[in-house]
Amino acid sequence: MIMPEPLLEVQSLVKHFDVVQRGILRRTKTGIVHAVDGIDFHINHMETLALVGESGCGKTTAAKVVLYLEDPTGGEVKFDGIDVFHTFRTGDTATRLKLRRSMQMVFQNPYASLDPRMTIYDIISEAFLVHKHVPKEKWKDRVYEVLRMVNLEEYHAERYPHEFSGGQRQRISIARALAVEPSFIICDEPVSSLDVSIRAQILNLLADLQKQHGISYLYISHDLSSVRQISHRVAVMYLGQIVEHANTDDLFTKRLHPYTQALVAAVPIPDVDKKTMRIILPGEVPSPINPPGGCRFHPRCPYATEVCKQREPKLEEYQKGHFAACHYATKFI
Amino acid sequence: MENSLLEVQGLKTYFFTEAGVVKAVDDATFDVRSKETIGLVGESGSGKTVTALSALRIIPRPGRIVAGSIKFEGTDVLAKSEDEMRQLRGPKMAMVFQDPSSSLNPVYTVERQLSDILMLHRKLTKKEASQRAEYLLELVGIQDPETRLKAYPHELSGGMKQRIAIARALSCEPTLLFADEPTTNLDVTVQAQVLELMKKLQRDLGMSMVMITHDMGIIADMTERVTIMYAGRVMEATETKTIFHEPRHPYTEALLAAVPRVDQRRILEVIPGNIPNLIEPPSGCVFHPRCKYARRICMDNVPPLEETGRGHTVACIRWKEVSLKGV
Repeated sequence: MIMPEPLLEVQSLVKHFDVVQRGILRRTKTGIVHAVDGIDFHINHMETLALVGESGCGKTTAAKVVLYLEDPTGGEVKFDGIDVFHTFRTGDTATRLKLRRSMQMVFQNPYASLDPRMTIYDIISEAFLVHKHVPKEKWKDRVYEVLRMVNLEEYHAERYPHEFSGGQRQRISIARALAVEPSFIICDEPVSSLDVSIRAQILNLLADLQKQHGISYLYISHDLSSVRQISHRVAVMYLGQIVEHANTDDLFTKRLHPYTQALVAAVPIPDVDKKTMRIILPGEVPSPINPPGGCRFHPRCPYATEVCKQREPKLEEYQKGHFAACHYATKFI
Repeated sequence: MENSLLEVQGLKTYFFTEAGVVKAVDDATFDVRSKETIGLVGESGSGKTVTALSALRIIPRPGRIVAGSIKFEGTDVLAKSEDEMRQLRGPKMAMVFQDPSSSLNPVYTVERQLSDILMLHRKLTKKEASQRAEYLLELVGIQDPETRLKAYPHELSGGMKQRIAIARALSCEPTLLFADEPTTNLDVTVQAQVLELMKKLQRDLGMSMVMITHDMGIIADMTERVTIMYAGRVMEATETKTIFHEPRHPYTEALLAAVPRVDQRRILEVIPGNIPNLIEPPSGCVFHPRCKYARRICMDNVPPLEETGRGHTVACIRWKEVSLKGV
């Protein structure tokens, strides 16, 4: 069987930030933030991969580097066979724009990601101005079309962002991303700033758009309930590394990494008959400036032994398509 | 009701803004019994926070309580003088706010923020107060309390700040604690720590707690009874078990069907439309524009909060006619 090429392939992605102390005359480097420390993943056509983790685990940084919104420290990203970093570093404007058109992003906070002084029409058609893929006389039709795609009305185009609710604004951000007909959208916590009654609207919309237009998503979130709902596969990050990676159902039912176990168990279930069995992790996520040696999770892990302090576990496949980075993963199978 | 610690009846708290009168809380009725945890559920603009602020009488301008009664331990809260209120806040009723970064004072050390309260209410000396502060930090599970006392809020993580906010609220051992989305800004594993801590403290100190949240998961886990609010009104109130098994208000049903669950993938039923504007709320039942069971009658009549069973109140004109699904 020939395996279809994945749409996006990320290999050994690394992003470090320098910690700099600013003096009067010189800046001295005092440390390195290991924001993303060698992660691999891929996303197939029409697939949603969720990148899950708590604040500071590097999930948003990873997304930004994939889109070359941050300069990578190392690694490689291939999109549809094209080397993304190489293209943005050396390619001409036309190839760079072409790549930008296929990869879009929807941000967490729709109150900050829409320019308050532009009408919705201007916000969406700005993409046409940049990419010139729609002739001027078709702009209006196209703006209306994308608004309809996100279940908004034509008359909304003449309004300003402040006239909309949070959920509607998030629809506008999605419409803006759709305006350039991307095949891949990174959604960074798209529902976490929305009210509960509105979240389902956006989650269902994303799923419908995927079915109708064949869009792939990288869905970044700390909210495991929405991840279970929307993603096909899940990668769990902790301190810049992927600690577990599997199909969504496998990941939620057969958790092989103690961190995933604690993370899933920590989510309260909206059902009185299901008692939440919390695994309380001691302490908090350590600083990515000096991540712990050995397994990065060992200071908080209930199962940690001497081995975990010494040796860093590799991400290995334990069951078909189910990867975990834990010395004792077999214990949990 | 007997044994009620806090009794809120027909509370209306309006904000008189230039754009118009915002009816933040419009006829809220509920009670909190001794040593129980109740949930106050609602989305943004449902009035759940303003309800708590009203009970403590710390509503910011231009808000005002325009109607209703609030009774705490049998005494009328609204008739008290500002001095008497000050005696109540802290030793009797306390509150933990959603965002610990803005509820802690950035220019004072943790020690100062905790001991000021103790010196004021408990008349402790400075030394006694700082010993007590250290004990409080231990109580909320902060390691190395001695050094943390000397820290300023910006030197602490979000989880630690929220623990300190909890320690501060508990410093005078209140009989009633309002917790306003205490874990919304925290990471999941830290949320688990804080919820577990609050559960333990509530038990150990024998206080009553009002858990304000939009998360039905936290409601299921932490509370015994629950009041569901929407657009400033109470939609339904009963025991937590009943809310999940036999909801009687369409909003409750819709809310339960719209939230994703970590333990299963399912079809999410969307609640159409948006949260209403509180300056011009919809006529009749505030939920009718989004309700799938709405009829003409719902547009024209404001449903009263009816007792539909033992300790189960519902504000829906059609509650007898519709059959609703729980989880």
